[in-house]
Amino acid sequence: MRYEAPNSVEAAVDLLAATEGAYVLAGGTDLLVKLRAEMLEPDLVVDIKRIAGMKDITAENGGWRIGAAVSGAEMGEHAGLLRDWPGVVEAVGLIGSTQVQGRATLAGNLCNASPAADSVPAMVAANATLRIVGPKGSRDVAVIDVPASPGKTTLAPGEFIASVFLPAKPEHGGDAYLRFIPRTEMDIAVVGCGVSLVLDGAGKVSAARVSLGAVGPKVMLVEAGAEALIGRAPKGDALEDLAAVCSAAATPIDDKRGTVDFRRHVAGVLARRATEIAAIRAKGETA
Amino acid sequence: MSQIHVTTSINGDATEFLCEAEDTLLDVLRDRLGMTGSKEGCGTGDCGACSVTVDGRLVCSCLMLGAEAEGREVTTIEGMATGDQLHPLQQKFIEMAALQCGICTPGILVAAKSLLEKNPDPTEEEVRYWLAGNLCRCTGYDKIIRAVMETAADLRRAS
Repeated sequence: MRYEAPNSVEAAVDLLAATEGAYVLAGGTDLLVKLRAEMLEPDLVVDIKRIAGMKDITAENGGWRIGAAVSGAEMGEHAGLLRDWPGVVEAVGLIGSTQVQGRATLAGNLCNASPAADSVPAMVAANATLRIVGPKGSRDVAVIDVPASPGKTTLAPGEFIASVFLPAKPEHGGDAYLRFIPRTEMDIAVVGCGVSLVLDGAGKVSAARVSLGAVGPKVMLVEAGAEALIGRAPKGDALEDLAAVCSAAATPIDDKRGTVDFRRHVAGVLARRATEIAAIRAKGETA
Repeated sequence: MSQIHVTTSINGDATEFLCEAEDTLLDVLRDRLGMTGSKEGCGTGDCGACSVTVDGRLVCSCLMLGAEAEGREVTTIEGMATGDQLHPLQQKFIEMAALQCGICTPGILVAAKSLLEKNPDPTEEEVRYWLAGNLCRCTGYDKIIRAVMETAADLRRAS
Protein backbone atom coordinates (compact mmCIF):
# COMPACT_ATOMS: atom_id res chain seq x y z
CA MET A 1 0.00 0.00 0.00
CA ARG A 2 1.10 3.55 -0.79
CA TYR A 3 0.11 6.63 1.21
CA GLU A 4 -0.17 10.02 -0.46
CA ALA A 5 -1.27 13.34 1.05
CA PRO A 6 -1.67 15.71 -1.92
CA ASN A 7 -2.34 19.39 -1.30
CA SER A 8 -4.73 20.09 -4.16
CA VAL A 9 -8.02 18.63 -5.35
CA GLU A 10 -6.53 18.16 -8.82
CA ALA A 11 -3.60 16.14 -7.51
CA ALA A 12 -5.95 13.99 -5.41
CA VAL A 13 -8.22 13.34 -8.39
CA ASP A 14 -5.22 12.44 -10.56
CA LEU A 15 -3.98 9.96 -7.97
CA LEU A 16 -7.41 8.39 -7.45
CA ALA A 17 -8.12 8.17 -11.18
CA ALA A 18 -4.73 6.68 -11.99
CA THR A 19 -4.84 3.86 -9.46
CA GLU A 20 -7.33 1.06 -9.36
CA GLY A 21 -8.00 0.12 -5.76
CA ALA A 22 -7.35 3.61 -4.37
CA TYR A 23 -9.26 4.81 -1.33
CA VAL A 24 -9.87 8.25 0.14
CA LEU A 25 -8.79 8.86 3.72
CA ALA A 26 -10.41 11.69 5.69
CA GLY A 27 -11.32 10.63 9.24
CA GLY A 28 -10.46 6.99 8.60
CA THR A 29 -12.78 5.62 11.30
CA ASP A 30 -14.31 3.16 8.82
CA LEU A 31 -11.34 2.80 6.45
CA LEU A 32 -8.80 1.79 9.09
CA VAL A 33 -11.14 -0.80 10.56
CA LYS A 34 -11.56 -2.34 7.10
CA LEU A 35 -7.80 -2.25 6.47
CA ARG A 36 -7.15 -4.07 9.71
CA ALA A 37 -9.84 -6.66 9.03
CA GLU A 38 -8.35 -7.10 5.53
CA MET A 39 -11.77 -6.39 4.06
CA LEU A 40 -9.89 -3.91 1.87
CA GLU A 41 -6.36 -4.18 0.53
CA PRO A 42 -5.84 -0.87 -1.25
CA ASP A 43 -2.87 -0.16 -3.48
CA LEU A 44 -3.15 3.50 -2.55
CA VAL A 45 -4.66 5.59 0.23
CA VAL A 46 -5.13 9.29 -0.57
CA ASP A 47 -5.28 11.47 2.54
CA ILE A 48 -7.31 14.57 1.61
CA LYS A 49 -6.69 16.49 4.85
CA ARG A 50 -3.78 18.51 3.42
CA ILE A 51 -6.04 20.03 0.73
CA ALA A 52 -7.13 23.62 1.47
CA GLY A 53 -10.73 23.86 2.65
CA MET A 54 -11.18 20.24 3.67
CA LYS A 55 -11.14 21.16 7.37
CA ASP A 56 -13.18 24.37 7.02
CA ILE A 57 -16.78 25.27 7.84
CA THR A 58 -17.65 28.30 5.69
CA ALA A 59 -20.77 30.49 5.44
CA GLU A 60 -22.16 30.41 1.87
CA ASN A 61 -25.44 31.83 0.52
CA GLY A 62 -26.95 31.84 3.99
CA GLY A 63 -26.04 28.17 4.51
CA TRP A 64 -22.90 26.32 5.48
CA ARG A 65 -20.27 24.52 3.42
CA ILE A 66 -18.58 21.81 5.46
CA GLY A 67 -15.26 20.45 4.20
CA ALA A 68 -15.10 16.71 3.72
CA ALA A 69 -12.58 16.23 6.53
CA VAL A 70 -14.42 18.27 9.20
CA SER A 71 -14.98 16.00 12.20
CA GLY A 72 -18.15 15.50 14.20
CA ALA A 73 -16.45 17.11 17.20
CA GLU A 74 -15.68 20.23 15.15
CA MET A 75 -19.29 20.44 13.96
CA GLY A 76 -20.52 20.08 17.55
CA GLU A 77 -18.45 23.11 18.57
CA HIS A 78 -19.68 25.35 15.73
CA ALA A 79 -22.27 27.85 16.95
CA GLY A 80 -23.67 28.58 13.48
CA LEU A 81 -24.29 24.93 12.65
CA LEU A 82 -25.84 24.30 16.07
CA ARG A 83 -28.18 27.25 15.54
CA ASP A 84 -29.24 26.42 11.97
CA TRP A 85 -29.11 22.63 11.68
CA PRO A 86 -29.13 21.12 15.20
CA GLY A 87 -30.61 17.88 13.88
CA VAL A 88 -27.67 17.31 11.54
CA VAL A 89 -25.18 18.13 14.30
CA GLU A 90 -26.93 15.75 16.70
CA ALA A 91 -27.00 13.00 14.10
CA VAL A 92 -23.27 13.18 13.36
CA GLY A 93 -22.65 13.43 17.12
CA LEU A 94 -24.30 10.05 17.66
CA ILE A 95 -21.63 8.27 15.64
CA GLY A 96 -19.25 6.31 17.88
CA SER A 97 -17.33 7.53 20.90
CA THR A 98 -15.65 10.82 21.81
CA GLN A 99 -12.50 9.43 20.18
CA VAL A 100 -14.35 8.52 16.96
CA GLN A 101 -15.99 11.97 16.98
CA GLY A 102 -12.49 13.48 16.89
CA ARG A 103 -12.05 12.11 13.35
CA ALA A 104 -15.34 10.87 11.86
CA THR A 105 -16.87 12.95 9.04
CA LEU A 106 -20.22 13.48 7.31
CA ALA A 107 -18.78 12.56 3.92
CA GLY A 108 -17.20 9.40 5.31
CA ASN A 109 -20.43 8.34 6.99
CA LEU A 110 -22.18 8.77 3.63
CA CYS A 111 -19.51 7.01 1.55
CA ASN A 112 -19.29 4.07 3.94
CA ALA A 113 -22.84 3.52 2.66
CA SER A 114 -24.22 1.71 5.67
CA PRO A 115 -28.03 1.78 5.55
CA ALA A 116 -27.88 2.62 9.28
CA ALA A 117 -25.56 5.66 8.97
CA ASP A 118 -26.85 8.22 11.46
CA SER A 119 -25.92 11.44 9.71
CA VAL A 120 -27.41 10.47 6.36
CA PRO A 121 -31.18 10.71 7.11
CA ALA A 122 -30.49 14.03 8.84
CA MET A 123 -28.65 15.36 5.76
CA VAL A 124 -31.45 14.11 3.49
CA ALA A 125 -34.07 15.85 5.66
CA ALA A 126 -31.99 19.05 5.55
CA ASN A 127 -31.83 18.79 1.73
CA ALA A 128 -28.04 18.87 1.86
CA THR A 129 -26.02 18.66 -1.33
CA LEU A 130 -22.52 17.42 -1.97
CA ARG A 131 -19.77 18.86 -4.10
CA ILE A 132 -18.25 15.87 -5.83
CA VAL A 133 -14.94 16.35 -7.63
CA GLY A 134 -13.46 14.00 -10.18
CA PRO A 135 -11.69 13.62 -13.52
CA LYS A 136 -14.57 15.41 -15.31
CA GLY A 137 -14.58 18.38 -12.95
CA SER A 138 -16.98 19.10 -10.15
CA ARG A 139 -20.71 18.42 -9.79
CA ASP A 140 -23.27 19.10 -7.07
CA VAL A 141 -25.49 16.18 -6.10
CA ALA A 142 -28.27 15.68 -3.54
CA VAL A 143 -27.34 13.41 -0.63
CA ILE A 144 -30.23 11.04 -1.41
CA ASP A 145 -28.62 10.25 -4.80
CA VAL A 146 -25.30 8.99 -3.40
CA PRO A 147 -26.06 5.72 -1.55
CA ALA A 148 -26.69 2.91 -4.07
CA SER A 149 -26.95 -0.18 -1.88
CA PRO A 150 -25.28 -1.41 1.32
CA GLY A 151 -21.58 -0.52 1.00
CA LYS A 152 -21.99 0.99 -2.49
CA THR A 153 -22.28 4.58 -3.70
CA THR A 154 -22.98 6.19 -7.07
CA LEU A 155 -19.58 7.93 -7.13
CA ALA A 156 -17.61 7.19 -10.29
CA PRO A 157 -13.98 6.00 -10.23
CA GLY A 158 -11.66 8.88 -9.37
CA GLU A 159 -14.41 10.92 -7.73
CA PHE A 160 -14.60 11.98 -4.12
CA ILE A 161 -16.74 14.28 -2.00
CA ALA A 162 -15.02 17.62 -1.38
CA SER A 163 -17.69 19.21 0.79
CA VAL A 164 -21.22 18.99 2.13
CA PHE A 165 -23.51 22.01 1.74
CA LEU A 166 -26.31 22.65 4.21
CA PRO A 167 -28.66 25.22 2.64
CA ALA A 168 -29.86 28.37 4.37
CA LYS A 169 -32.15 27.47 7.23
CA PRO A 170 -35.66 28.59 6.20
CA GLU A 171 -37.30 31.20 8.40
CA HIS A 172 -39.44 29.40 11.00
CA GLY A 173 -37.72 26.16 10.06
CA GLY A 174 -36.41 23.44 12.35
CA ASP A 175 -34.86 19.99 12.06
CA ALA A 176 -34.31 16.93 14.25
CA TYR A 177 -32.87 13.43 14.07
CA LEU A 178 -33.70 10.53 16.35
CA ARG A 179 -32.53 6.94 16.30
CA PHE A 180 -33.45 3.87 18.28
CA ILE A 181 -30.69 1.76 19.82
CA PRO A 182 -31.12 -0.78 22.64
CA ARG A 183 -28.53 0.96 24.83
CA THR A 184 -27.65 4.57 25.59
CA GLU A 185 -24.47 5.11 23.56
CA MET A 186 -22.00 3.53 21.11
CA ASP A 187 -24.42 1.51 19.00
CA ILE A 188 -25.77 1.29 15.46
CA ALA A 189 -29.25 2.56 14.61
CA VAL A 190 -32.03 -0.02 14.54
CA VAL A 191 -34.13 2.76 13.00
CA GLY A 192 -33.18 6.39 12.33
CA CYS A 193 -35.45 9.26 11.33
CA GLY A 194 -34.68 12.81 10.16
CA VAL A 195 -37.30 15.55 9.92
CA SER A 196 -36.99 19.11 8.65
CA LEU A 197 -40.03 21.36 8.49
CA VAL A 198 -41.16 24.97 8.11
CA LEU A 199 -44.13 26.49 9.97
CA ASP A 200 -46.34 29.25 8.59
CA GLY A 201 -47.77 32.16 10.60
CA ALA A 202 -50.70 30.01 11.75
CA GLY A 203 -48.41 27.29 13.09
CA LYS A 204 -49.17 24.91 10.22
CA VAL A 205 -46.49 23.04 8.33
CA SER A 206 -45.76 24.73 5.00
CA ALA A 207 -42.87 22.50 3.91
CA ALA A 208 -41.40 19.26 5.24
CA ARG A 209 -38.86 16.55 4.49
CA VAL A 210 -39.03 13.22 6.34
CA SER A 211 -36.36 10.55 5.93
CA LEU A 212 -35.77 7.09 7.35
CA GLY A 213 -32.57 5.11 7.84
CA ALA A 214 -31.86 1.45 8.70
CA VAL A 215 -35.24 0.29 7.38
CA GLY A 216 -34.19 -0.48 3.81
CA PRO A 217 -31.06 -1.04 1.72
CA LYS A 218 -30.45 2.71 1.69
CA VAL A 219 -31.78 5.90 3.22
CA MET A 220 -35.28 6.85 2.02
CA LEU A 221 -37.08 10.16 1.61
CA VAL A 222 -40.68 9.54 2.65
CA GLU A 223 -42.71 11.88 0.44
CA ALA A 224 -45.96 10.65 1.98
CA GLY A 225 -44.63 11.71 5.36
CA ALA A 226 -44.21 15.29 4.17
CA GLU A 227 -47.69 15.17 2.59
CA ALA A 228 -49.19 13.99 5.90
CA LEU A 229 -47.82 17.11 7.60
CA ILE A 230 -48.15 19.90 5.04
CA GLY A 231 -51.11 22.22 5.65
CA ARG A 232 -51.68 20.87 9.17
CA ALA A 233 -50.48 21.75 12.67
CA PRO A 234 -47.79 19.21 13.66
CA LYS A 235 -49.77 17.50 16.40
CA GLY A 236 -52.62 15.05 17.05
CA ASP A 237 -54.06 13.37 13.96
CA ALA A 238 -51.38 14.82 11.67
CA LEU A 239 -48.70 13.05 13.70
CA GLU A 240 -50.69 9.81 13.80
CA ASP A 241 -51.05 9.95 10.01
CA LEU A 242 -47.34 10.68 9.67
CA ALA A 243 -46.48 7.69 11.87
CA ALA A 244 -48.74 5.41 9.83
CA VAL A 245 -47.22 6.39 6.48
CA CYS A 246 -43.67 6.10 7.81
CA SER A 247 -44.37 2.63 9.21
CA ALA A 248 -45.86 1.68 5.85
CA ALA A 249 -42.92 3.13 3.90
CA ALA A 250 -40.32 1.20 5.91
CA THR A 251 -38.99 -1.93 4.20
CA PRO A 252 -36.74 -3.37 6.92
CA ILE A 253 -35.23 -6.81 7.34
CA ASP A 254 -35.21 -9.05 10.39
CA ASP A 255 -31.79 -9.18 11.96
CA LYS A 256 -30.14 -9.46 15.36
CA ARG A 257 -30.82 -5.79 16.08
CA GLY A 258 -34.56 -5.76 15.38
CA THR A 259 -37.46 -7.51 13.68
CA VAL A 260 -39.43 -6.24 10.71
CA ASP A 261 -42.52 -5.54 12.83
CA PHE A 262 -40.56 -3.74 15.51
CA ARG A 263 -38.68 -1.59 13.03
CA ARG A 264 -41.86 -0.62 11.18
CA HIS A 265 -43.47 0.40 14.45
CA VAL A 266 -40.42 2.36 15.63
CA ALA A 267 -40.15 4.17 12.28
CA GLY A 268 -43.56 5.71 12.95
CA VAL A 269 -42.80 6.52 16.58
CA LEU A 270 -39.51 8.25 15.74
CA ALA A 271 -41.09 10.23 12.89
CA ARG A 272 -43.73 11.55 15.28
CA ARG A 273 -41.21 12.44 18.00
CA ALA A 274 -38.66 13.98 15.62
CA THR A 275 -41.44 16.11 14.11
CA GLU A 276 -42.39 17.37 17.56
CA ILE A 277 -38.78 18.39 18.24
CA ALA A 278 -38.37 20.00 14.80
CA ALA A 279 -41.61 21.97 15.36
CA ILE A 280 -40.38 23.30 18.70
CA ARG A 281 -37.16 24.43 17.01
CA ALA A 282 -39.11 25.99 14.14
CA LYS A 283 -40.82 28.20 16.73
CA GLY A 284 -37.40 29.40 17.82
CA GLU A 285 -37.46 27.45 21.06
CA THR A 286 -34.85 25.01 22.27
CA ALA A 287 -35.42 21.27 22.11
CA MET B 1 8.48 -0.39 -0.71
CA SER B 2 10.31 2.60 0.72
CA GLN B 3 9.35 3.74 4.16
CA ILE B 4 7.67 7.05 4.88
CA HIS B 5 9.67 9.65 6.78
CA VAL B 6 7.53 11.52 9.29
CA THR B 7 8.44 14.58 11.37
CA THR B 8 6.11 15.27 14.24
CA SER B 9 5.90 16.36 17.86
CA ILE B 10 5.21 13.84 20.59
CA ASN B 11 4.62 15.15 24.11
CA GLY B 12 6.35 18.37 23.05
CA ASP B 13 9.47 16.65 21.73
CA ALA B 14 10.35 16.97 18.06
CA THR B 15 10.32 13.40 16.79
CA GLU B 16 11.20 11.74 13.50
CA PHE B 17 10.35 8.20 12.50
CA LEU B 18 10.14 5.92 9.49
CA CYS B 19 7.01 3.85 9.00
CA GLU B 20 5.18 1.73 6.48
CA ALA B 21 2.04 3.17 4.88
CA GLU B 22 -0.08 0.56 6.70
CA ASP B 23 1.33 1.32 10.16
CA THR B 24 -1.14 2.93 12.52
CA LEU B 25 -0.01 5.68 14.86
CA LEU B 26 -0.39 3.08 17.63
CA ASP B 27 1.96 0.70 15.79
CA VAL B 28 4.49 3.51 15.47
CA LEU B 29 4.24 4.56 19.12
CA ARG B 30 4.58 1.05 20.48
CA ASP B 31 6.79 -0.77 18.00
CA ARG B 32 8.98 1.93 16.50
CA LEU B 33 9.26 4.49 19.31
CA GLY B 34 9.07 2.13 22.29
CA MET B 35 6.24 4.11 23.87
CA THR B 36 4.16 1.21 25.12
CA GLY B 37 1.89 3.16 27.45
CA SER B 38 -0.82 3.32 24.79
CA LYS B 39 -2.41 -0.11 24.63
CA GLU B 40 -3.98 -2.10 21.85
CA GLY B 41 -7.24 -3.58 23.09
CA CYS B 42 -9.39 -4.06 20.01
CA GLY B 43 -7.50 -2.30 17.22
CA THR B 44 -10.82 -1.16 15.75
CA GLY B 45 -11.67 1.98 17.71
CA ASP B 46 -14.12 0.36 20.11
CA CYS B 47 -12.18 0.17 23.38
CA GLY B 48 -10.24 3.44 23.71
CA ALA B 49 -7.14 1.83 25.27
CA CYS B 50 -4.98 3.52 22.59
CA SER B 51 -6.37 7.04 23.20
CA VAL B 52 -4.02 9.93 22.46
CA THR B 53 -4.57 13.53 21.45
CA VAL B 54 -3.61 14.91 18.05
CA ASP B 55 -3.55 18.70 17.78
CA GLY B 56 -5.49 18.72 21.05
CA ARG B 57 -8.24 16.41 19.80
CA LEU B 58 -8.89 13.05 21.51
CA VAL B 59 -8.58 10.17 19.02
CA CYS B 60 -7.90 6.45 18.89
CA SER B 61 -4.32 6.00 17.72
CA CYS B 62 -5.34 2.66 16.19
CA LEU B 63 -7.69 4.50 13.81
CA MET B 64 -5.03 6.81 12.42
CA LEU B 65 -2.06 6.07 10.19
CA GLY B 66 1.38 6.94 11.48
CA ALA B 67 2.00 8.87 8.25
CA GLU B 68 -0.88 11.21 9.13
CA ALA B 69 1.09 12.48 12.14
CA GLU B 70 3.34 14.58 9.87
CA GLY B 71 3.48 18.11 11.33
CA ARG B 72 0.93 17.34 14.07
CA GLU B 73 1.23 17.57 17.83
CA VAL B 74 0.64 14.23 19.49
CA THR B 75 0.32 13.72 23.23
CA THR B 76 0.30 10.30 24.88
CA ILE B 77 0.08 8.89 28.39
CA GLU B 78 3.89 9.16 28.59
CA GLY B 79 3.50 12.95 28.56
CA MET B 80 1.01 13.08 31.41
CA ALA B 81 3.27 13.11 34.46
CA THR B 82 5.87 15.86 34.90
CA GLY B 83 9.05 13.97 35.76
CA ASP B 84 8.23 12.05 38.95
CA GLN B 85 5.24 14.28 39.63
CA LEU B 86 2.08 12.40 38.69
CA HIS B 87 -0.80 14.28 37.10
CA PRO B 88 -3.63 14.81 39.63
CA LEU B 89 -5.78 12.30 37.71
CA GLN B 90 -3.04 9.66 37.96
CA GLN B 91 -2.61 10.33 41.68
CA LYS B 92 -6.36 10.14 42.30
CA PHE B 93 -6.72 6.89 40.35
CA ILE B 94 -4.13 5.34 42.70
CA GLU B 95 -5.69 6.77 45.86
CA MET B 96 -9.18 5.65 44.91
CA ALA B 97 -8.10 2.32 43.37
CA ALA B 98 -9.80 3.28 40.13
CA LEU B 99 -8.10 0.46 38.27
CA GLN B 100 -7.55 -3.25 38.53
CA CYS B 101 -5.63 -4.87 35.67
CA GLY B 102 -4.63 -1.47 34.29
CA ILE B 103 -4.83 -2.13 30.56
CA CYS B 104 -7.56 0.46 30.00
CA THR B 105 -6.05 2.96 32.44
CA PRO B 106 -3.70 4.91 30.12
CA GLY B 107 -6.50 5.49 27.63
CA ILE B 108 -8.95 6.49 30.34
CA LEU B 109 -6.47 8.94 31.87
CA VAL B 110 -5.73 10.55 28.49
CA ALA B 111 -9.46 10.79 27.74
CA ALA B 112 -10.33 12.14 31.20
CA LYS B 113 -7.58 14.77 30.99
CA SER B 114 -8.96 15.85 27.62
CA LEU B 115 -12.44 16.18 29.16
CA LEU B 116 -11.28 18.27 32.12
CA GLU B 117 -9.36 20.63 29.83
CA LYS B 118 -12.56 21.22 27.90
CA ASN B 119 -15.01 21.09 30.80
CA PRO B 120 -13.56 21.60 34.30
CA ASP B 121 -16.93 21.03 35.97
CA PRO B 122 -18.57 18.05 34.27
CA THR B 123 -21.66 16.31 35.60
CA GLU B 124 -21.46 12.59 36.25
CA GLU B 125 -23.56 12.04 33.13
CA GLU B 126 -21.11 14.11 31.06
CA VAL B 127 -18.16 12.09 32.40
CA ARG B 128 -19.93 8.82 31.63
CA TYR B 129 -20.79 9.87 28.06
CA TRP B 130 -17.31 11.28 27.42
CA LEU B 131 -15.71 8.03 28.58
CA ALA B 132 -18.25 5.75 26.83
CA GLY B 133 -15.57 4.88 24.29
CA ASN B 134 -13.16 3.63 26.97
CA LEU B 135 -14.02 0.08 27.95
CA CYS B 136 -12.97 -1.41 31.29
CA ARG B 137 -13.76 -5.03 32.01
CA CYS B 138 -12.61 -5.01 35.65
CA THR B 139 -13.95 -2.12 37.63
CA GLY B 140 -17.57 -1.65 36.65
CA TYR B 141 -16.59 2.00 36.02
CA ASP B 142 -17.90 3.39 39.30
CA LYS B 143 -14.49 4.08 40.86
CA ILE B 144 -13.21 5.53 37.60
CA ILE B 145 -16.10 7.96 37.33
CA ARG B 146 -15.76 8.97 40.98
CA ALA B 147 -12.00 9.49 40.62
CA VAL B 148 -12.53 11.78 37.63
CA MET B 149 -15.25 13.75 39.44
CA GLU B 150 -13.06 14.15 42.56
CA THR B 151 -10.05 15.23 40.52
CA ALA B 152 -12.18 17.80 38.74
CA ALA B 153 -13.36 19.13 42.10
CA ASP B 154 -9.76 19.27 43.45
CA LEU B 155 -8.54 21.11 40.34
CA ARG B 156 -11.38 23.63 40.62
CA ARG B 157 -10.52 24.27 44.27
CA ALA B 158 -6.85 24.68 43.38
CA SER B 159 -7.47 27.18 40.60
